[in-house]
Amino acid sequence: MKILRKWGPILILTVGAILTLLPFWVMLATSLLGREQVFQYPPDLFPWPLHFENYARLFDQIAMGTYFWNSVLVSALTTAGHVLFCAMAGYAFSRMQFPYKNAVFFIFLMTLMVPPQVNIVPLYFLMKLFGWVDRYEALIMPGLFGAFGVFLFRQWFNGFPKELEEAARMDGCNPLQTFWRVALPLATPAMAALAIFVFIGSWNSFMWPLIVTHSDNLRTLPVGISALKESFRDVTDWTLLMAASTVSILPVIGVFLLGQRYFIQGILMGGVKE
Amino acid sequence: MTTRVWKQRKLAGMNNHVQKIFRAEGWWAVVFLAPCLLGLLIFTYLPIAASFGLSFSYWNLLGTPHWVGLENYQHVLADPLFWKTLLNTGLFVVGVALLEIWLGLVLAVTLNQIWLGKTFFRTAYFLPFVTPLVSVAVVWGWIYEPEYGLLNWGLSFAPILTQWNGGEPIAWLYDPRTALWALVLLSVWKSLGYTLVLFLAGLQAIPNTVYESASLDGAGTWQTFWKVTLPMVTPTLFFVSIITLINGFQAFDAVYLLTQGGPQHSTTVLVYWMFKNAFEFYKIGPASAIAYLLFFIVLLLTLVQWQLRKRWVMHEGDV
Repeated sequence: MKILRKWGPILILTVGAILTLLPFWVMLATSLLGREQVFQYPPDLFPWPLHFENYARLFDQIAMGTYFWNSVLVSALTTAGHVLFCAMAGYAFSRMQFPYKNAVFFIFLMTLMVPPQVNIVPLYFLMKLFGWVDRYEALIMPGLFGAFGVFLFRQWFNGFPKELEEAARMDGCNPLQTFWRVALPLATPAMAALAIFVFIGSWNSFMWPLIVTHSDNLRTLPVGISALKESFRDVTDWTLLMAASTVSILPVIGVFLLGQRYFIQGILMGGVKE
Repeated sequence: MTTRVWKQRKLAGMNNHVQKIFRAEGWWAVVFLAPCLLGLLIFTYLPIAASFGLSFSYWNLLGTPHWVGLENYQHVLADPLFWKTLLNTGLFVVGVALLEIWLGLVLAVTLNQIWLGKTFFRTAYFLPFVTPLVSVAVVWGWIYEPEYGLLNWGLSFAPILTQWNGGEPIAWLYDPRTALWALVLLSVWKSLGYTLVLFLAGLQAIPNTVYESASLDGAGTWQTFWKVTLPMVTPTLFFVSIITLINGFQAFDAVYLLTQGGPQHSTTVLVYWMFKNAFEFYKIGPASAIAYLLFFIVLLLTLVQWQLRKRWVMHEGDV
């Protein structure tokens, strides 16, 4: 009974964790199978020898390098811009007095109630109007702004003493210099939390890039993988699909493992966009 | 101090008021707020207004949209497929919420009392949540394959389950009886870790003294769970339910990738139906009407969530 008390919960959690991680293992294992081994029953979860050529095929048969580069470029630029603009707005709400502050704040607040899917159709036509369809602008620009980040930074600066900034003002810095040289470096944890959030959201985003990209060389990883899956008529090339999936999840898992603490703090502060 | 200044400003005349405020920091605030504010106005407010207008208009992408009143809404609501879609979405959302909440709570309670590997387990359960849905949906499509998929292989050890389908391997994603539930399972797997983290935060907000007095009163494990833990995490429970529902209503990726709304429309959900209307049928008016119906559902849930949130005590950093 005592042993059960001590090990029971760990046993339950271990079984659950194995089931949770199993699809990742299936992904990796299948990506290393040879072509003839795929349609084997029972499924082969411990491939040997390892067929790394599936990964090489990613770059010969499909434009995996392009998809990967597009994902990196779009996610990196979106993250950098999003964090900077949100930090600026959050700083203004926390530190500055200006007319109609509450009304402006309300304008920000309201956007949290709108699910992104509601906007997606007219947003597409707006992109058409701007001539941005099938261009990087459409993939990046709409993702640069968000209310959640503004709240995050407002909270952060509210809980931070402003003596240093006042000293900077005394030394003759204007508000922009004060923000850039003094306030922003002190907000690193908030920046990290938001950056991880935005990066993962942008890397994983599918519906919007699917709608605004038409040509192959503008596709991000999720859209590329989806197109690859659709391209198979009779027989699906599972090994190639799994190799592509594996490559697409590695960066995001890496970023998450590095910044897990910040990411979870961000979640508890209450906003998740999927 | 500041409130007094503001009161004085209010008392001053309007002209004076505007002058005073823009004198010092006002213009700097404009500089700081401009990018985000302009961005939100252009990429959120403009489309939402356009969406509203389009939902009352006829537009086939050529020419200019013209006003048709409530016709699009009537068109959408008269279509039996819309009600099928709504039912599917409802089943999907409720299925995901129920499974995720109970599994999440049980896992969180279990995780909260172990003495080994806490961080490891939390990371393991959380991993699916951060990965792209498209990439993991590919694997799930493979696991669900009727002929050589892992799930049917696993179930072949429990013959009772295969008897349900007359001894035939179940075609999870191609059978209208199972397709939606296959997507529910995928969704639960994907976001269970998120629920778990929220519950962990809720559990850790319960003071230890409560448990101590319960054990002094001779309460067993089950009694403690039902009489102490559950009532204490109720606010978290409501919060998690609403968040899960809101996220569920926005499901799209897995449907697009794995089932395309089929078989026999058994997995057509709201966002997917809107997408089809807009980008495959080019029926922009009805698509906008569906978008607005979705908006009202989510709006309602968000308002409920904000009410509940006021009562939900967060304890950051102690997860």
